Amino acid sequence: MCDVCGCATATGHVHVAGAILHTEHGRNVEVMQALLRGNDQQAAHNRAHFNAAGVLVVNLMSSPGAGKTSLLEATIRALRGRLKIAVIEGDLETDNDARRIRGAGAQAVQITTGSACHLDAAMVHAALHTLALRDVDILFIENVGNLVCPASFDLGQHRNVVLLSVTEGDDKPQKYPVMFRAADLLAITKTDLTAAVGDFQVLRALRHFRHLANPGPMLEVSARTGAGMAAWLGWLAAEREAGRPAAARRQVD
Amino acid sequence: MHELAICQSILRQAADVAAAHPASVVTRVTLRIGPLAGVEPHLLRAAFPLAAAGTCCAGALLAIKTPPVRVECQLCGTVSRVRPNRLLCFACGTWRVALLEGDEMRIESVDLFEREIANV
Repeated sequence: MCDVCGCATATGHVHVAGAILHTEHGRNVEVMQALLRGNDQQAAHNRAHFNAAGVLVVNLMSSPGAGKTSLLEATIRALRGRLKIAVIEGDLETDNDARRIRGAGAQAVQITTGSACHLDAAMVHAALHTLALRDVDILFIENVGNLVCPASFDLGQHRNVVLLSVTEGDDKPQKYPVMFRAADLLAITKTDLTAAVGDFQVLRALRHFRHLANPGPMLEVSARTGAGMAAWLGWLAAEREAGRPAAARRQVD
Repeated sequence: MHELAICQSILRQAADVAAAHPASVVTRVTLRIGPLAGVEPHLLRAAFPLAAAGTCCAGALLAIKTPPVRVECQLCGTVSRVRPNRLLCFACGTWRVALLEGDEMRIESVDLFEREIANV
């Protein structure tokens, strides 16, 4: 029995705006559009801006505190005089990270998202118009620290880098498959702390990463000691060299 | 947390469909969301009626189809149905597989109701 109107069958009709609608009078309209169509369109628009300006755009994602800002500071210092870097910083509150980036010598724009748990393409679009893109070689987008939501929103980036610090568990790829599947590069960070932490095994992290059928490279880096920085800078240079392949996004149907 | 943003995107697209068919109300929106989409169907179901209140989708049903995760082995060609965090070939064990389905995140259809008939 229908709970709302008490008629004998609960199927074949629905209640909308106080009326009983019998579904045999309805019509089904096929849509077949991406759930986040508006965001995807905005992301494609952003990507066109980036391509026109010849900028490689790298989206950094990780848990809070995995060392995104520290890696960027070290990267900016290492590339000073060679490549021009800019950073879009996403955080719930404060412009602390943007000040750190400027202190390291790069342009930075802070997006404070309030309570929003991820950046979306419209936020990035608003930020990119405050940057002198023509004067930039690599633009980093430091996403909100979160291993869930940012994975679902295309920003117009060319590459996703996911950071996993050794102070987290090496099973993070197993726990957050959507995020780690999106990674074009897995960066194991804070490797100078590996001995102090004790139970983080890089090969186990790599195995969990491969179990997501992700063929992307993994590298180990310590922004503090500089170990592994050469490989990271080499990857960036190679991606820049490889050009800016269109739509890095796998999902668009 | 991002389910509300997704609901708003669904509502915008459903409103576009409804606008193209005057004198209609939306009675059902059908989605296809794979386990690897990063969207939780039960959170979406909870958020949808709240987001839909006062829109053309108020009272509409949200139907969510969930496909399995299936991969095709790039080495031996076997198709396996797998868990979202273990995309391995059942036959040979390799991770060199291609995803066949399981990361879908789309609106499949919108059911509309002609208002004249509704008022009969």
